[in-house]
Amino acid sequence: MTAPAPARAPSRVRIALPWSVRLERRLETPRWLPAMTTVGAVVVALLISGVVLALAGGEPIPAFVHIVRASFGSLGVISDTLVKATPLILTGLACALAFRMRLWNIGAEGQFLMGAWGASAVVLIPIVPAGTPSIITIPLMMAAGMLAGGAYGAIPGILKAVRGVNEIIVTLMLNYVAALWIAYWVFGPWSEGGFQLTAQFPREAWLPRLSDFADAIPAFSGLTVHFGFVIALVAAVLVRFLLVRSRLGYEIRLIGDSPRAARYAGIDVARTIVIVFALSGALAGLAGMSEVSGVVHRLQLAISPGYGFTAIIVAYIAKLNPYGVVVASIAFGALILAGREIQPSGIPAMIQGILLFSLIASEVVLRYRVRVTRRVA
Amino acid sequence: MADDIAAPGPPLAVAMRGIVKRFPGVVANDGVDFDLRVGEVHALLGENGAGKSTLMNVLGGLYRPDAGEVAVFGERVDFHSPRDAIAAGLGMVHQHFALVPTQTVTENVLIGLDRPRFRIDLARFDDEIADLARRHGLALDPRARIWQLSVGEQQRVEILKFLYRGARVLILDEPTAVLAPQEADDLFRTLRSMVADGASVVFISHKLAEVSRIADRVTVMRRGRVTAAGIPSAGTTPEGLALLMVGREVLETIERTPFRPGPVVLSVRAVEATGDRGVPALRGVSLDIRSGEILGVAGVAGNGQSELAQIVTGLRPTTAGSVTVNGDDVTNRPPREVIRRHVAHVPEDRTGVGSAPDLSIADNLIMKSYHDAPIARRWAIDTGAVRRFAIGLKERFDIAAPSVDIDARLLSGGNLQRLILAREITSDPSLMVAVQPTRGLDVGAIATVHRLLLAQRESGSATLLISEDLDEVLGLSDRVAVMYEGRIVGIFDAVEADVAAIGLLMTGGSAPSLAEPGSPAELVS
Repeated sequence: MTAPAPARAPSRVRIALPWSVRLERRLETPRWLPAMTTVGAVVVALLISGVVLALAGGEPIPAFVHIVRASFGSLGVISDTLVKATPLILTGLACALAFRMRLWNIGAEGQFLMGAWGASAVVLIPIVPAGTPSIITIPLMMAAGMLAGGAYGAIPGILKAVRGVNEIIVTLMLNYVAALWIAYWVFGPWSEGGFQLTAQFPREAWLPRLSDFADAIPAFSGLTVHFGFVIALVAAVLVRFLLVRSRLGYEIRLIGDSPRAARYAGIDVARTIVIVFALSGALAGLAGMSEVSGVVHRLQLAISPGYGFTAIIVAYIAKLNPYGVVVASIAFGALILAGREIQPSGIPAMIQGILLFSLIASEVVLRYRVRVTRRVA
Repeated sequence: MADDIAAPGPPLAVAMRGIVKRFPGVVANDGVDFDLRVGEVHALLGENGAGKSTLMNVLGGLYRPDAGEVAVFGERVDFHSPRDAIAAGLGMVHQHFALVPTQTVTENVLIGLDRPRFRIDLARFDDEIADLARRHGLALDPRARIWQLSVGEQQRVEILKFLYRGARVLILDEPTAVLAPQEADDLFRTLRSMVADGASVVFISHKLAEVSRIADRVTVMRRGRVTAAGIPSAGTTPEGLALLMVGREVLETIERTPFRPGPVVLSVRAVEATGDRGVPALRGVSLDIRSGEILGVAGVAGNGQSELAQIVTGLRPTTAGSVTVNGDDVTNRPPREVIRRHVAHVPEDRTGVGSAPDLSIADNLIMKSYHDAPIARRWAIDTGAVRRFAIGLKERFDIAAPSVDIDARLLSGGNLQRLILAREITSDPSLMVAVQPTRGLDVGAIATVHRLLLAQRESGSATLLISEDLDEVLGLSDRVAVMYEGRIVGIFDAVEADVAAIGLLMTGGSAPSLAEPGSPAELVS
């Protein structure tokens, strides 16, 4: 016997604090609150990141300054930031659209890949003969990319609508299927001389870049931002219009809030699930098209550093608002770009992670009022 | 009062004195006294909303009374949670069971207990629990998982939970509502065996027949008050209990124009349908409603009224029979097809079905009209038209809200119901299906709803009114149909209707003087 046996703990331990903290559901959310909590969450995330940086032996403030300079410091890096933001905007819109209806499409990554594949197929099968002008090739590639992404997105939609299959699992797993599908084509039929990439697309299949106009406007020389960014901005406007001003958008909002009320209102919920999943997939597919046609100019294995997953965070930060998605995507494009400059390169990824946690935690403040009351003896 | 509670004489298992419990807009219990003797089965009888469940939730520690005292086995108690009540030997089996579907019977019985503490030697507990179950005639396999069990078996697990915790008072909230007749017999045997062991049982019910079978004494409640306290069930008649339960009260005088029925609008023929629990909810229902007529359906909740409304509005499939609206067959057609035929629906569940709480008032008002002009222009929604429409309805129907942009969940019950009625009435209905349209509303709001429903009748709509408030049904309807266990067991002209006879039919009794129900020909006026 070395020590006396500890006294048996009482069955219920109540810690007596002089106050109690309660969360009360908010009845009314003030208009300014969502924006304020987002800003607050970003500030808190930066503070936490700063502490982690300091603990790791870094200097937080110079590091943050460096990140900003590396992504917004000159016209050239701003252009690069926008290039990174483009696929995020489109995949972010894909997620925001589905999430509005509480459809948890976390398969934007796979739909992105299928879109890239569909766009590539136009020039690699080829569907159009060599030398077809851009004005035909590019719209065809966009259509093919959206069609491939949309069809791929419709799969989990149909499974959910018909059999009630959980869309999270299906979309997650289909991401791997899409990656293997790309691998098959770049290793096999479309392989360029045995390398894991396809032949470069002909110039007619490239989205125009600002640097293409450097002859006329010298300031554009070296600017890689491409037409896909414009497509993404137009998509944001269209998605916003769809959600706020269309019949389908109303149905999406109604189903998202109360599926039973939607059914009561005469909405075919199953049909809407399939449509929204297909639209979401088409947006992600368009992102894939924009990436192969605007940046890489060929199909290859490492075509996405996880845009479809970052898109989930982007959609959340934007509170599912299409214009917010544009802003959040540019911020995340900057973080991705800064990853090249900051050592270790994991720092921006850590900031992303902490940002997401802060934002999710801040939801509590939106829904609940924190009330501290003195405990009555 | 205190010495009243600790009165000498034979010990009372439970004594409740002057219990008052208010909810916003309602006094659910208004000075209620209740005694439970040791070793008796005491039935608590009353319509829905009479305050039975509230009273027992106070006893079970779920609610704290606003006034009044409770004593258990002669000692005053002040429960803060069900845990306190369980510690004092009280157990309450609710209508919705609190079981973990993926766990075994044994695991569910042990949940929340202090032992086993760390290493869970389930086999040992399996035997112990099987023994306990056998002693009380509860046929159960302790190793079965809850999802594999029938509703009746799950109820046994709930009872077993409290037996294992040594409960001496068991409260059962409408236990037979979910049981097949055979299962109900088993339950009664178990209860008998328990009271023989010295336990006491409170049995909440609104079925007269079973009350006289199982209970020693009966307490009847009506509108938050006791109308008969602890009378021996042997001395009661179903008619007497029905009258105590339903009461006879002078209603607000409702001005009705003479009955001028037009052509048949809704025709339901021999419809059968399955309820949410997978048991038959409608067993051959037939009825006709004419233009300018209100047909009221009276009945205790859960006898198929909700399902009747759902099959008419396309929200629930039928398994047999047909539904026609103005001569068009709408049997098992999707809800939109029914809406297109001008069938309006004021649903029972205002916040879950009738409205989308987190959307604006305007968005809620266009739920039935967003699909067509002038709100919709092809696939776009004209936001200007939405605003004009919403503001117009808000004014016309007196929806009290600062603007049409605020969320619907911020509306009071009465205002939300005004919103729903505004939306449904402006859809120019030829058939109005109104389910529990005034439940939980205050007097003013109730009068508004009644006025709107009667205005519909006058404008030539047919109305299917489903309500648990018998006074409301009698006051508004031209004819009254009584539902019991998925059937229409009687149909009367409202003017000649006999409250006691209806009360009896509602609770499963039979009224000899009435026409035999069932044949569709007789149900059509």
